[in-house]
Amino acid sequence: MTRVNVKVDGTAYSDDVEPRLLLVHYLRERLGKIGTVVGCDTSNCGACTVLLDGLSVKSCSVLAVQADGSSVTTVEGLSGPDGTLHPVQQAFHDNHALQCGFCTPGMMLAACDLLRENPNPSEDEVREGIEGNLCRCTGYQNIVAAVQAAGAAMSAAGNGTAAESAVSDSIASVSAVEASA
Amino acid sequence: MIPAPFDYLKPASLAEAVQAYQQAGEDAKILAGGQSLLPILRLRLAYPELVIDLGGIGELTGVTDDGDGIVIGAMTTHADIIANELVKQHAPLIAQATETVADRQVRHRGTFGGSLAHADPAGDLPAVALALDAELRVHGPDGERSIAARDFFLDYLTTALAPGEILTSIRVPKLGEGWSTHYEKLNRVAQAWSIVAVAAAVHRSDGTITEARIGLTNMGPTPLRAAASEQALAGAPATAEAVASASASAAEGTSAPSDQSGKADYREHLVTVLTRRAVQHAAGI
Amino acid sequence: MTTIEDRPDVAEGPAPEIGQPRKRKEDAHLLTGRTTWTDNLTLPGMVHLAILRSPMAHARITSIDVSGALERPGVLAAYSGRDFAEIQGNIPCAWPVTPDMVNPGHPSLAVEEVNHVGEAVAVVVGRDKASAQDALEAIDIDYEQLPVVLDMEAALAPDSALVHAHTESNRSYTWIFDSGAAGTGAPIDEVLGQAEVTVSRRFLQQRLIPAFMEPRSTVVQPNGEGFTMWSATQVPHILRTMLSLTLNVPEHKVRVIAPDVGGGFGGKLQVTPEEVITALVARKLGKPAKYTESRSESLMSAHHGRDQIQDITITARRDGTVTGLDVHLYADMGAYLRLVSPGVPVLGAFMFNSIYKFDAYRFVCEGVFTNKTPTDAYRGAGRPEATYAIERIMDELATELGMDRMELRRKNWIRHEEFPFTTVAGLTYDSGNYEAATDRALELIGWEDLVAEQAERQARQDPVRLGLGISTFTEMCGLAPSRVLGALSYAAGGWENASIRVLATGKVEVVTGVSPHGQGHETAWSQIVADQLGVPFEDVEVIHGDTQSSPKGLDTYGSRSLAVGGIAVVHAADKVVAKARRIAAHMLEASEDDLEFAGGAFSVRGAPGNSKSIQEIAFAAFAAHDLPDGMEPSLDADATFDPDNFSFPHGTHLCAVEVDTETGVATIRKYVCVDDIGTVINPLIVDGQVHGGLAQGIAQALYEEAIYDEEGNLTTGTFVDYLLPSAADLPSFTTDRTVSRATSNPLGVKGVGEAGTIASTPSIVNAIVDALRPWGVNDVQMPCTPERVWRAIHQGAEKSGRDPGGTVSWGGASTTTSDGSTVGPLDGSTSETADGSTSGTSDGSTSGTSDGPSASEGDQL
Repeated sequence: MTRVNVKVDGTAYSDDVEPRLLLVHYLRERLGKIGTVVGCDTSNCGACTVLLDGLSVKSCSVLAVQADGSSVTTVEGLSGPDGTLHPVQQAFHDNHALQCGFCTPGMMLAACDLLRENPNPSEDEVREGIEGNLCRCTGYQNIVAAVQAAGAAMSAAGNGTAAESAVSDSIASVSAVEASA
Repeated sequence: MIPAPFDYLKPASLAEAVQAYQQAGEDAKILAGGQSLLPILRLRLAYPELVIDLGGIGELTGVTDDGDGIVIGAMTTHADIIANELVKQHAPLIAQATETVADRQVRHRGTFGGSLAHADPAGDLPAVALALDAELRVHGPDGERSIAARDFFLDYLTTALAPGEILTSIRVPKLGEGWSTHYEKLNRVAQAWSIVAVAAAVHRSDGTITEARIGLTNMGPTPLRAAASEQALAGAPATAEAVASASASAAEGTSAPSDQSGKADYREHLVTVLTRRAVQHAAGI
Repeated sequence: MTTIEDRPDVAEGPAPEIGQPRKRKEDAHLLTGRTTWTDNLTLPGMVHLAILRSPMAHARITSIDVSGALERPGVLAAYSGRDFAEIQGNIPCAWPVTPDMVNPGHPSLAVEEVNHVGEAVAVVVGRDKASAQDALEAIDIDYEQLPVVLDMEAALAPDSALVHAHTESNRSYTWIFDSGAAGTGAPIDEVLGQAEVTVSRRFLQQRLIPAFMEPRSTVVQPNGEGFTMWSATQVPHILRTMLSLTLNVPEHKVRVIAPDVGGGFGGKLQVTPEEVITALVARKLGKPAKYTESRSESLMSAHHGRDQIQDITITARRDGTVTGLDVHLYADMGAYLRLVSPGVPVLGAFMFNSIYKFDAYRFVCEGVFTNKTPTDAYRGAGRPEATYAIERIMDELATELGMDRMELRRKNWIRHEEFPFTTVAGLTYDSGNYEAATDRALELIGWEDLVAEQAERQARQDPVRLGLGISTFTEMCGLAPSRVLGALSYAAGGWENASIRVLATGKVEVVTGVSPHGQGHETAWSQIVADQLGVPFEDVEVIHGDTQSSPKGLDTYGSRSLAVGGIAVVHAADKVVAKARRIAAHMLEASEDDLEFAGGAFSVRGAPGNSKSIQEIAFAAFAAHDLPDGMEPSLDADATFDPDNFSFPHGTHLCAVEVDTETGVATIRKYVCVDDIGTVINPLIVDGQVHGGLAQGIAQALYEEAIYDEEGNLTTGTFVDYLLPSAADLPSFTTDRTVSRATSNPLGVKGVGEAGTIASTPSIVNAIVDALRPWGVNDVQMPCTPERVWRAIHQGAEKSGRDPGGTVSWGGASTTTSDGSTVGPLDGSTSETADGSTSGTSDGSTSGTSDGPSASEGDQL
């Protein structure tokens, strides 16, 4: 067993885990964060995407022990404390960018990561930016539209959107962990 | 799927890592970014007793300038490489090829050194390292040594790393005046491995191609250089016809695999087309 | 949107909900991760299952010992098939398509033999999934290898090894339709014999994997005599009945819940071995048990789709009038028959003739056993295969005739004034307008400009060629009229049930028997009920997916939910309104006949201002203080709808594909579809269904294929090898609609779930072949990989196939033209025809009108 200290969606956790435990299984089975799902064995589908210290990762291809000292944002941490939807969530709803919804958490977090780096992506940039996330229902068209709409909404809103605060929260908490280490 | 159990070590220094790796021998696996290793463990294609995570060794990340070359820490992630100014300026071929590796999530975790040490001939970066005549620096029980890229890749998923040796950095000579590069890749879907890809660095002087270095992805059990095409290009006029003619021999000396993405004869054809395109693009033709 | 037929006048009142792009009610919990996927469920004391699967395609289990697993930490139990042999029954097949169909039986856990790689052979029960999975390695099992049967044609040879030793052959059934015998057309032999032009082709429908994003998962809670099962299923009601029969548990003791279900596409239309195994274990241990498959397990053991060899002959007169269609299919059942395996290709029997008017038609389908994963429903189920074959061969016929491909279609399709039209397959198409959809599609894509560009690129020998693809299609959906299903020997009917509960406050609960898993029924049903009852959209709650709360239904597949289930909702609403009318008349002291109902209120005709809202009536019914004599105090109503006919969506799909002739890469530049699905309830949802359908159909054309090697190993067993397209691999689609209301139901709806998948595949392949016609290419096997396209160009279409020994063990195309020659590579000149398509002329092996020999040379089979 190895000790991990990790902050997930703003809450600090400290657990002893088997080294082989995948981050996604840690989130789901130990922390009850069942919003993040597993879709494949080979890191192709992207359904398990979360933000690790602000960057998108496939949580099925990260060991929980590798996340020690880090901060994780899952789909459950995207909306505001009052339940206000994150602009990406809102845009997915507005543009009918989800059908069965299984890929949606990972897809939205991949979108957040893309928009962090490229706030106003072109259609092609969105398509390439979410190439690591498979969806079987939508044909992607409405997802692409939603990501672009979210980018526009976040740009219009300026700083301080939920996405940026989620990311900056991640980074701040890393610094805090490092400082305390 | 869940990996089989293993012990985990996250050394804080290179010396500690080398020592642990030497002691554990073949029962240990080195964990860099984990983007190949973790799926392998999940599918239970490997059963290491010990996983040594290099993530705690700060000196293995980052890019520095040593005058004639740049030195890329083996644990530098793909995402950091793409964004790095030194790489963009002195080894844009690496940046361009790295952008085609998998997807954003994988590029956030996967590392340059990990890709080279994994030595998958279908991976994009081994051929690039080969084309750029990179030197791979390794640390082991007997200290440090450098291995030229052309001597590093021995066979499918097999490198010249001796037992206990860890790849620590990659030195890439700067391409000077007159050099330009291009990576040309063909895959079936965005996430798929290359059917074939070609990494080309071309030196052009006026209307002549003075030198070309061409690395081939997935044309054999290791990355390869298209030696015959390189030879034919040296001193050739920088014209579409000359490049096409030289590219026709790109498959010479290769031993392309036959698999679901293509049989060997298709790859042997494809490599001539992609070599022509890569060289023409690099040479601005 | 082009309206072909106006909607009948809707009563005055608020704007109708039907037709509004309402955002989905389903989204809220999916967007925030508050989901109830089966794998998210945890019950107190729950144990976890891991399944050992066969690495052999065909073998006898000579010994199996699970005791080693019991020694491992955290393991509670382990079982092999022998432990359950007496009680596990067989996975049911509900569609014995012929009286003599051979069903070899399908144990959930293999007992004596394994018949495909991935078949379950043992199960370990652990305190957690990791313990169970670790212990699989401690099971001792010996196999004696048996000969592996992979190739369908070889499997039918008299000397073939048998998949199942106790059967006489590897043929499960032969199903025949002949228009002469059925009285729906002329005898086929007569028409074939008199043909002026005959074109025969062999097309391959590669094996596909539904690959829903949510892996299947099942949780079973034993409960006295019975149990409750949560499962990632499309068919909770069918599952309940079938589990009851299979496990011999009284049906009323079985409750099945489909919680959030992450896609299905037919792949979760099944009673799975894993569901049965989980139930067996949970009941044996008396503990709740969960099994969740990994993706690799899903790809090799969840049922596959398609996998047909199609031999098609079409005949026509020289003027292009089609006369006969002769279809022979080999359909790969895989190792066993699952729920509707044999019926899937048979569904295609009614669709090969598509929108065209044939004099004669024959359809022969042979279901064949092989040592592969069983096949069953996958999006479209039989109809994509049929549409592919007819739309491909219409292009081949046009080429043979030297005729414009669209003109050939126009000449032969059912004109809009000819509806209702009874086809040579015996179905009566109620409505449609192929002309309107086609004209709109041609306009949207800019067909003439593309034709000009294609010619221009060819003239300058551009290495990147343009191919233009056409697919005009129809499908039968709204499965299905029960009497038709009965005639086809299906075990159940095709009705659907709904009930509406009007609560005291006027809020409405709609209980539906369909079981959505991404389609948006909660939203669409709310829109329908809002219009029918005049209540706000927000006031409607839709209840589904639990056999306890939604006790009657036949679930979701075959684009049936709206056209059957939605109509049941309408009928239930009609009954509610009828009850409310009686109370309203009583309250208003008027005759029922004098009341009109609009905008959710009853008023007396000619007496404005005097009205009672449905909410007021609901409260009156609840209070029951003053109801008409003899009336029960309830507005609730229940309805079961059994359609008289299928519905027949149609559309025209056009695309422009760029083919890099040097690399073989085909890239979609533009895709336009104009679909006619009748009345649209929610255009947002409809567009989403079309987009997703297109992606799956395009993926069949370009990317996906389940491949087996010579030993019967699935070599596409992860998403590394089974290629699903990502956003970066697909274009944006231009979608539009025409509206020809279905006449078979009061809403005029037809169904949209499968349209995109059915129509898009031939459109893409037709475009690729069109681009390659100058090289004499007349087919490229799917998926049209860069390698296959390149081989078609450089070595002729005959070489685009895979080597024998794989999924489609097939040595080459038997494609012949009227002169009897076999089409091969052309290196000679090519000529442009008026429509911009090209035909080889140099050696006559692809015959145009001028150089073909006399057309009556007859039978090409």
